[in-house]
Amino acid sequence: MTDTPLSLIRNFSIIAHIDHGKSTLADRLIEACGALTAREMKGQVLDSMELEQERGITIKAQTVRLTYPAKDGKTYILNLMDTPGHVDFAYEVSRSLAACEGSLLVVDASQGVEAQTLANVYQAIEADHEIVPVLNKIDLPAAEPERVRKQIEDVIGIPADDTVDISAKTGINIEGVLDALVTRLPAPQGNAEAPLQALLVDSWYDSYLGVITLVRIKEGRVKRGDRIRMMQTGATYHVDQVGVFLPKMKTVDSLGPGEIGYINAAIKAVADCNVGDTITLDNRPAEKALPGFKPSVPVVWCGLFPINADDFEKLRTSLGKLRLNDASFHFEAETSAALGFGFRCGFLGLLHLEIIQERLSREFDLDLIATAPSVVYKLHHTNGKVEELHNPADMPELSQVASIEEPWIKASIMVQDDYLGPVLTLCTERRGVQLDLTYVGNRAMVVYRLPLNEVVFDFYDRLKSLSRGYASFDYQMDGYEESDLVRISILVNHEPVDALSFVAHRSAAETRGRSICSKLKELIPRQLFKIAIQASIGSKVIARETLGALSKDVTAKCYGGDISRKRKLLDKQKEGKKRMRQFGKVEIPQSAFLAALKMD
Amino acid sequence: MPEPLALYIHWPFCLSKCPYCDFNSHVRETIPQERFSQALRTELAYQATRLNQTGRRLLGSIFFGGGTPSLMSPDTVAALINDAQRHFSCVNDLEITLEANPTSVEADKFKAFRQAGVNRLSLGVQSLRDDTLKSLGRQHNSHQAIEALELGRSIFPRLSFDLIYARPHQTMQDWQNELRQALDLAADHLSLYQLTIEPGTQFETLHQRGDLILPEDDLAAQLYLKTREEAARYGLESYEISNYAQPHAESRHNLTYWHYGDYLGIGPGAHSRLSLNSALLAARCHRAPEAWATLVEQHGHGTREELPLSSDIRGQEALLMGLRLRDGIQTDAFHTRTGKTLESCLDLDILNACIKEDYLLYDGQCLKATLEGRLRLEALLSRLVL
Repeated sequence: MTDTPLSLIRNFSIIAHIDHGKSTLADRLIEACGALTAREMKGQVLDSMELEQERGITIKAQTVRLTYPAKDGKTYILNLMDTPGHVDFAYEVSRSLAACEGSLLVVDASQGVEAQTLANVYQAIEADHEIVPVLNKIDLPAAEPERVRKQIEDVIGIPADDTVDISAKTGINIEGVLDALVTRLPAPQGNAEAPLQALLVDSWYDSYLGVITLVRIKEGRVKRGDRIRMMQTGATYHVDQVGVFLPKMKTVDSLGPGEIGYINAAIKAVADCNVGDTITLDNRPAEKALPGFKPSVPVVWCGLFPINADDFEKLRTSLGKLRLNDASFHFEAETSAALGFGFRCGFLGLLHLEIIQERLSREFDLDLIATAPSVVYKLHHTNGKVEELHNPADMPELSQVASIEEPWIKASIMVQDDYLGPVLTLCTERRGVQLDLTYVGNRAMVVYRLPLNEVVFDFYDRLKSLSRGYASFDYQMDGYEESDLVRISILVNHEPVDALSFVAHRSAAETRGRSICSKLKELIPRQLFKIAIQASIGSKVIARETLGALSKDVTAKCYGGDISRKRKLLDKQKEGKKRMRQFGKVEIPQSAFLAALKMD
Repeated sequence: MPEPLALYIHWPFCLSKCPYCDFNSHVRETIPQERFSQALRTELAYQATRLNQTGRRLLGSIFFGGGTPSLMSPDTVAALINDAQRHFSCVNDLEITLEANPTSVEADKFKAFRQAGVNRLSLGVQSLRDDTLKSLGRQHNSHQAIEALELGRSIFPRLSFDLIYARPHQTMQDWQNELRQALDLAADHLSLYQLTIEPGTQFETLHQRGDLILPEDDLAAQLYLKTREEAARYGLESYEISNYAQPHAESRHNLTYWHYGDYLGIGPGAHSRLSLNSALLAARCHRAPEAWATLVEQHGHGTREELPLSSDIRGQEALLMGLRLRDGIQTDAFHTRTGKTLESCLDLDILNACIKEDYLLYDGQCLKATLEGRLRLEALLSRLVL
């Protein structure tokens, strides 16, 4: 196979809100171009992770190369980069967008534009993409294409007079989409004879082939036998194979400008492949690297601890393996008096956190306890030092802190006007500041500035239940601001339980402290002695519950024949206590922590 | 002066298996009376010879337990009592207890048991309510129980009976009424047990399925306190977790267990604690009746396992038995028996916390659990005992 002429290549992404039909459309395109036989087609081909198929969301960007004989008689190569729809994965989105020249914006013709769509569209606009609006589910009785077209123009601000109206599910007008790709998107540019500049879009570990890198060739050409060089690290590798995804892997002789494909080059560790790096040839390097991506910064942190302490090493290995395929997530070892050895992990957002946790349990068979998510605070010490705080338990004495800054977000919420009232109340309760409120039909879009701290604490669940599941929500980080924040410690029998401490605004401290104390009172089994459960700020107790002593625990009968058995039971009970967490004279079963942490 | 030896004789047969009972009991179409009588006598003779090596032992009590020992032939009971008196020297007022079920068949044998030498009867009444007796799988009704009690009182100098309370759906008022009726019938001793779900019983299956629900701990505690209070009004003091007696009418045999003294158990599944040649041996016999009898016929004894106990284990055992008693543990006796000082067996932080909380009393001579401590004894022991 020789390089495809640039004029016959189109590289595109699909942008859509969850459930608006992005993956179904991708499947139809693959089908229409005959990339897979009917037998190989299973729903949502590109969402290959088990978890993705189950939850109907895309986590990792995927790619496929399609061959399309267009109406003009020429055969085009269409490279589809699938993108995650959720804001947590904006980083993955930006990588995909950088590899393409245009995007399909898929909008549900009855639901209209959703909050999550916006961020991705703006990213695409920023990446200079040509955007083709596609109205999906046009066959539904509730479809209102006219209204949605107007909404696209009003809310997003792009022309929408010539949308492609389709039904991905029933296959209506898939041809129209393919035609629009060829006629409306620009062809890539580049010079096959220039020194190689390949953008490293993604890399992952394949247990048969080792590290695979997904690249977009901007300039030059790469082929088997070349010696490539990573421009950031300077490391060089021998190319074993180059190829494309059909979506199955297929080797090709070379990859030229405008093409998207993979390089397999005996790279040992994914860590050696920095996503966003430029790959060039060792013997004829490019002068300059391509602009990379904004590195991803974790905004939400939580502790992950194995329920079974013996699984600590397994957890470390598993986190390492996950990081191979997900560079956006961070982890460092952490020790907790309550939960033992574990890791403090940083995530791009709450969904990202949930996904990683679920992958750990599913793919690595690990039972984990996650502590309450916390955001990254900026601590200004009285001695002038500024420090980032990832873990509320690490917060120093208030006397050492001059001020604390917390991260804010700009949140867009779209909701039916019936539910607008409660949503506004929720945002106000969470210290939100309203920036904007606009209507499209009977749907309101509100924009609020909110402290992220208030959002990681059950905001999303509340929003969903207030709006009967209709509200859609998205956010972008919006800087740091000083705030009156306090660390609330939870004390059991006067000993602090590090895993349960949290940071909150002073105005919310007492309510939340009280709620955790009363939950713990229900969760901790009664003990030999009565126990005080307290919430405190520094040495000041702000909430207190007393758990009474157990009322009766004695066996009715114990005679000469029972002694041996009773003594063995005693040994077993003592053994059992070793597995519990000691707080002074109190043993708390891990299950109580688990439940306490889950209830947030 | 060590406590006299207690002799336990196990009769492993019952007419039917009760759904709450995890004792070593077996149902057979016909009971081979002669074989088991002979085997028990053989094993008793064997163990007596062994124990008397270092001098003839003093015997303080004999207890026929089961199973249902009232199913034994009175001749067997007489023979075993005679044998024991021949093998050992006996205290003047040797306590000889026999457990009996209150069916009419067994009540007919009471006189013969008395003539055999039994001077204390322990009746398995369990309840004075017919529906409860049925659900407990008992073969008698409340009328028969009352008749057996009255007959027993007229025949035996001492009499105790068992009741089970804290049963499913039982209210405080129900129990108070039943208990008062029982106290009117009581002689010098009562064993009042809260229903316990034992592993391997039919009740355990029901309990796991959720078809048998025990009272919550708070109610169980109230029932317990009420029981003590009512028994005390009738002059029966709680001297152990579940045992109530008039002054000096405590079961001397059972006190030996709680004092962690020497006891010799013969018969299938019987346990022993025996001091011999400066060791304390823990022994248990084969549980299966026929296998035990065969062993006895072959070797003279049916012991399955016999191990000397370390001083640590002796300390643990003495603690978990002794703290069940109102009068607790004497530190001197503890030291003599276990080879360890009492305090070296305890987590002293927990000891102090328990004293402060008024769960334990300790004056250097004697350690005892208060009522509040005894109510929570399992939790207390699991923290206190090293």
